[in-house]
Amino acid sequence: MLDCVPAGPLEHTTGKINPAKTCQPIGAMYAALGIHRCLPHSHGSQGCCAYHRMHLTRHFRDPVMASSSSFTEGASVFGGLANLKTSVKNVFAIYDPDIIAVHTTCLSETIGDDVPNIIRQCEIPEGKYVIHVNTPSYYGSHITGFANMCKAMVSYLAQSDGTTRKEQMNVLPGFVNPGDMREIRRIVDLIGVKLILFPDTSDVLDAPITGKYEMYPEGGATIDEIKDSGNSELTLALGSFASNDAADLLQEKCGVTGIPLKLPIGLKATDAFIMAIHDWFGVPVPKSLTIERGQVIDTLIDTNFQYQGKTVAIFGDPDHVIAMTEFVITMGMIPKYVLTGTPGKQFEEEVNKMLEGAGITGSRVKAEGDLFELHQWIREEKVDLLIGTTYGKYIARAEDIPLVRFGFPILDRAVHPLMPVVGYRGCLRLIEQISNALLERRDRDAKDEDYELIL
Amino acid sequence: MAESETNVEEMFVPYPETVKKNRKKHLVVISESAETCPQIEANTRTIPGIISQRGCAYAGCKGVVVGPIKDMVTITHGPVGCGYYSWGTRRNKARADGTTPKENIYSALCFITDMQEPDIVFGGEKKLAKMIDEVVAMFHPRAINICATCPIGLIGDDLSAVAKAAQERHGIQILAYNCEGYKGVSQSAGHHIANNNIMEKIIGTGTERKPGKHVINILGEYNIGGDGWELERILTEIGYTVNCILTGDSSYLDIKNLHLADLNLVQCHRSINYIAEMMETKYGIPWLKINFIGVEATNRSLRDMAKCFNDPELEKQTEIVIERETARIHQALEQYRKICKGKTAFAFVGGSRSHHYQYLLRDLGMEVVVAGYEFAHRDDYEGRQVIPTIKSDADSKNIPELRLTPDEKMYRQAHEYLNITKEKYDELCKEVPLNFYEGMYPNMKNGEIMVDDCNHHEIEEMVEKFHPDLIFSGVRDKYISHKMGVPSRQLHSYDYAGPYAGYNGALNFARDVSQALATPAWKMIVPPWEKPGESRSENNA
Repeated sequence: MLDCVPAGPLEHTTGKINPAKTCQPIGAMYAALGIHRCLPHSHGSQGCCAYHRMHLTRHFRDPVMASSSSFTEGASVFGGLANLKTSVKNVFAIYDPDIIAVHTTCLSETIGDDVPNIIRQCEIPEGKYVIHVNTPSYYGSHITGFANMCKAMVSYLAQSDGTTRKEQMNVLPGFVNPGDMREIRRIVDLIGVKLILFPDTSDVLDAPITGKYEMYPEGGATIDEIKDSGNSELTLALGSFASNDAADLLQEKCGVTGIPLKLPIGLKATDAFIMAIHDWFGVPVPKSLTIERGQVIDTLIDTNFQYQGKTVAIFGDPDHVIAMTEFVITMGMIPKYVLTGTPGKQFEEEVNKMLEGAGITGSRVKAEGDLFELHQWIREEKVDLLIGTTYGKYIARAEDIPLVRFGFPILDRAVHPLMPVVGYRGCLRLIEQISNALLERRDRDAKDEDYELIL
Repeated sequence: MAESETNVEEMFVPYPETVKKNRKKHLVVISESAETCPQIEANTRTIPGIISQRGCAYAGCKGVVVGPIKDMVTITHGPVGCGYYSWGTRRNKARADGTTPKENIYSALCFITDMQEPDIVFGGEKKLAKMIDEVVAMFHPRAINICATCPIGLIGDDLSAVAKAAQERHGIQILAYNCEGYKGVSQSAGHHIANNNIMEKIIGTGTERKPGKHVINILGEYNIGGDGWELERILTEIGYTVNCILTGDSSYLDIKNLHLADLNLVQCHRSINYIAEMMETKYGIPWLKINFIGVEATNRSLRDMAKCFNDPELEKQTEIVIERETARIHQALEQYRKICKGKTAFAFVGGSRSHHYQYLLRDLGMEVVVAGYEFAHRDDYEGRQVIPTIKSDADSKNIPELRLTPDEKMYRQAHEYLNITKEKYDELCKEVPLNFYEGMYPNMKNGEIMVDDCNHHEIEEMVEKFHPDLIFSGVRDKYISHKMGVPSRQLHSYDYAGPYAGYNGALNFARDVSQALATPAWKMIVPPWEKPGESRSENNA
């Protein structure tokens, strides 16, 4: 496996080999699917839309609907005005969404299409909406695209009715699975605060089979909810890379206080999420959540010897990786290599601060890295465990290291989009996965005489 | 037939007039009363806003044709996405062999220049050149492909110039493909661009003919799930030398020698017919349209091949292998046939499979009632005889055509390659599809439908009207189909199974299709509390 990868040290300074990120538009498409009855629209050549739908479908194993402006060379030379106008007309006529969320591509960005201006020239049926976001693929990553679409939801839709604030809270969940969004809602419902969760892909990308296909399943934040987010008292922005921009704009545009938090993955981040709600609204935390938390602590104490002191390489999207780094520190593990493909120096700052706080030295932390580089690090000094996306499986095999699949994308395993990694229940799932991965390895590698019934 | 036409009319009702007018031309209801295939519109623009299955030229060039060449590093020049999405997603299996050690196989890696905003503004040529230098220093590949993405043509990066300079610096071949995603109207443009470059720059540069009496190439076989390896197994046993499979599990070194073969077999007509035709023009090598999907189809293709060479021993060995292999899988196939028999299916795949798989499904007693291609041309539906009548348009004119002439040194007459007389060759052309493809149409029956660039709305409507038992399509349609209550199998990626070609493939396919049809959960969709008359005692019984 990966026999072609030469032994280091190597001079790899240009471009990416085995990237740990992809382009903005796919993030925008995913976010837009979290609006009820929304059809995401890709303003570019149809290959982008095809690739994004394919990739999201592979991760979620559910229908991912989106349309494209289907640029040809003519449109690329003369501009995409006609293509977008025709698209909007056809989409409303044939697919009847309540809202079209347009995102751009490197093609329409490079030729400089003025999308808001084109939208103003479109025939939009009464009561329907067309929103847009600029998502040039040559800037940021898919996480940036997700963040930008969330921001576009605020800029187009959120509005404040007046001075009185409603006793309700917005949560921007970040680029997480529908199962995570469902779990965030469950936790907030248990606490008893009215929630506007947007985007929300639960019941969109994890909808059940009923025998009847619905192009727009029941889920998704409604347009009215997103509008009403401007009247909330508070916004919790989960994950700074994916959610801060929208929260900041909501604060600026509608005066809603925004609190940036980590993704509630791991014990401390879940604590922080619950405390933020508790502190702001002055509501008690229900006993059921106290029990759930107690179960996590109980499990951590019962199983610590299985993973404590093990070294781990974590890679993937920045908000996921930051939260996961915090959690493996809680578990007593050593994050040896921490890498995201998304650019942003604050990633390195935040992770290094956590490592410093835990007294861990000698780790490598990098934003805008790639998996080729991660592999080189691992070849220099091996780790006990890899935590990251499906793309880690080649390194895992080449270096014989167990891989816990975590984050986006996971293309080679099913069920994960429905199973939360957020909240206390998510903690239990992660502990189980990490622990089992290491135990499976111990079982596999044990000599017959060391192979035991109980570990 | 009449019923099909009514259903089709109803399907078009929600369309705006312009869309209706356009889409009608892309659909043919097969009528036994028609003597020839009515003209079907294909390889024309997708209507903006329509949810199409099509991809882009980059996908056709890098993703389909050049990506699988295992010992070339393929660098995608552009922002991160295109290279990322085409990384490891087409299941072109590759392995080390006599030509290529494992250290020279780059299939698991993804190389992208990852252009940033300043590169778009100031140009990305320097970045590309630097990346090539680093890749050469690190990997020492035999050759490099550079594939363009949308912004490249727009900002004016001169890929050919960068490639040429790098080639001179490093002394290895570096090929530039101007396969920007907006070129043409689908993946098809990318196939053509890739074919042109491979033909012009690689084929013919080698001098080593592989040993063997009958040396052949398989063109348009991408080794998805190991299809190519199954074909190689069968053909080698019969006595052929497989020179190169283009491009599944192919090596740059073997492609250089592609012209040193006696016969080209064409599996995927759409993606590779250009090379087949150009090799015929330049070297005189004949090509034979074969189909190794399905037991009967495989047998027929093998017999067609054997007829091409004047060699009784080859014909004898062909029959021995056919008899043994057919007998070997017969009983197992019968078991699956019991599950599949009488079932109907839709098939929407790329450029040949919607046709090829009809044979395999008929082996199993199934019928494809609606079939369409994503990115085919008219000849893939109607047959190559229509090629002279296909009008070029603004989109197809943008794809360069190579005008080749017979090679002064290497050109030989087709019959010489096959070691038969000219007269015998002319006879042979009447018997087997030499240098010809009849298209999908002759294989379809009265009332069945051919639809080009079928879109989401049409699939949804046709499922409601024709109630297929199974849908063969890509991953984007798969789960839509499931939500409708119809099992679906991916025919691009085989749902990560395979091979599906040849005899072992037929068996794998039959098993997978039977399992899809017989999955117990399909019968449990309605909860017991929503079934009238369902009681606890019945459940416990």
